[in-house]
Amino acid sequence: MNRIEERLALLKQAGKTAFIPFLMAGDPDFASSEEIVFLLDRSGADIIEYGVPFSDPVGDGPVIQQAAQRALRGGASMKEVLESVRRIRTRSSVPLMLFSYLNPILAYGIEAFARDAAEAGVDGVLCVDLPPDEAAEYKRLLDAAGICTIFLAAPTTTEVRLKLIGEQSSGFVYYISRLGVTGERAILEKDLERAVTRVKKLTGKPVCVGFGISTPEQAAAVASMADGVVIGSALVRLIHEQSARPGGIDAIKVWADNMSRAIHEKH
Amino acid sequence: MLARRMGKTRVIAETGAGQHGVATATAAAALGLECDVYMGSEDMEWQQLNVFRMRLLGARVIPVDTGSRTLKDAINEALRDWVTNVRHTHYVLGTVHGPHPFPMICRDFQSVIGREARAQILEREKRLPDMLLACVGGGSNAIGLFYAFLADAQVRMVGVEAGGKGLVPGMHAARFAGGSRGMLHGAMSYVLQNEDGQIGSTHSVSAGLDYASVGPEHAWLHDIGRVEYTCASDEEALKAFELCSRLEGIIPALESAHAIAEVIKRAPGMDPNAILLVNLSGRGDKDVQQAMRFLPEYR
Ligand SMILES: Cc1ncc(COP(=O)(O)O)c(C=O)c1O
Repeated sequence: MNRIEERLALLKQAGKTAFIPFLMAGDPDFASSEEIVFLLDRSGADIIEYGVPFSDPVGDGPVIQQAAQRALRGGASMKEVLESVRRIRTRSSVPLMLFSYLNPILAYGIEAFARDAAEAGVDGVLCVDLPPDEAAEYKRLLDAAGICTIFLAAPTTTEVRLKLIGEQSSGFVYYISRLGVTGERAILEKDLERAVTRVKKLTGKPVCVGFGISTPEQAAAVASMADGVVIGSALVRLIHEQSARPGGIDAIKVWADNMSRAIHEKH
Repeated sequence: MLARRMGKTRVIAETGAGQHGVATATAAAALGLECDVYMGSEDMEWQQLNVFRMRLLGARVIPVDTGSRTLKDAINEALRDWVTNVRHTHYVLGTVHGPHPFPMICRDFQSVIGREARAQILEREKRLPDMLLACVGGGSNAIGLFYAFLADAQVRMVGVEAGGKGLVPGMHAARFAGGSRGMLHGAMSYVLQNEDGQIGSTHSVSAGLDYASVGPEHAWLHDIGRVEYTCASDEEALKAFELCSRLEGIIPALESAHAIAEVIKRAPGMDPNAILLVNLSGRGDKDVQQAMRFLPEYR
């Protein structure tokens, strides 16, 4: 069984919610990203979302845009990201998914990507700008490689489309808590609970919620309604602020421990 | 009007040279819609006249400082705005690019050009033209001209891209000559990119042609061999700009001057009775400030 599916099934049995931190691979460099993945694993992260940097990330707000730029300036590429996953796998079996735009996957070649990603130890891929109705070949190749295909659903997604997203997704469906791009928000969307229930029902898949969640309080609130909580920009910003500082890694550990506790205990 | 019909109260647009921004701002003013236009800050510098026009028409012009500060980055920001405000905002995409159905909507509107041109030339010359020429940024004016003639097998068609300073990565916007299959802004097409799939930077003397991808229907017309694609350099376009002004009394847009440059290359080798139909996609008024930099002898 795929590590993501396995972890979500275990959590469900235990009545718990997944903690899914996002970080940009290669920001500030691969050695630091890998160190942070190990730290997140120790803090109880259930799935790591590992960002593949792209020059034109139209789904991202400024924090993640700038992280991608920094990683690209450091020479990051899909090949390097997969090598990084390979290094992570020598020391950790934490479930790991890539967050990528389609073009770096196309340039790599979808077939070669599916093969090399599986071989490196990738468990799932969220391709942000690939609509589920254009994904037949992609899905066939990733399915064959045993990699989960995760698709996005938004507050404006219609019933018909939610059903399609459910059919095309494996592992889970990623629900965008509010319209817009990635980034931290002060308040959660009202009616989130009803929206998540609707997505669960129509897709028939576990639903993890992301975009805009940044504090332990928000995370705990979302944890009580969803199967997983994704936290992106807040961590990416913290990594940027702390990575150059002596002892910065400890600050990231404290953050991760707090977030993990908030989600797993659902205050 | 689409925005109105969908009950949306706000429109947004991206613009390179400012033409599409002015058009959107004009429609928004006439229909009483709120209007925001994203424009690369580099393009804003060279197209101050159009920036002023848009503001005068009541639009907000939002400078985009990310990336190459040109059209591609303006589209990135417009897409981000759109996904955030889609409930009350319609995105008026300015060329035959972007996610479906944008390329189709824009092509259908622009195809008025070809329908009228075809009727007029048949009326005046009693026969079809031998060759159509148009510049290709995203590709809307070109597809608008070509579309009505696609079934006329004897009519040759040439799309002219920006050759910039030469076909070196970063120095041009010739997607067919220097690009490869890729996806940008929701459309699969020819894209200027590196081997890792990162989008390349582009250059052209004309802001409207300065874009890393090209409308997907052009990619198809290229692959089936129906339309030939070539490019004109900055220098050739400036020469054509000068020559057209002097010989015809028409100051063309720098974008359109790329198509004229191709006419200058081809016409001498053709039958003197051949009819070449070139799409003058815009007037050069907006470009005089830019042209003065390169043609100091007229200052
Ligand atoms: C006058 C003019 N012609 C052509 C273009 C290029 O666009 P398209 O290729 O979509 O016609 C522009 C774009 O701004 C323009 O201003």
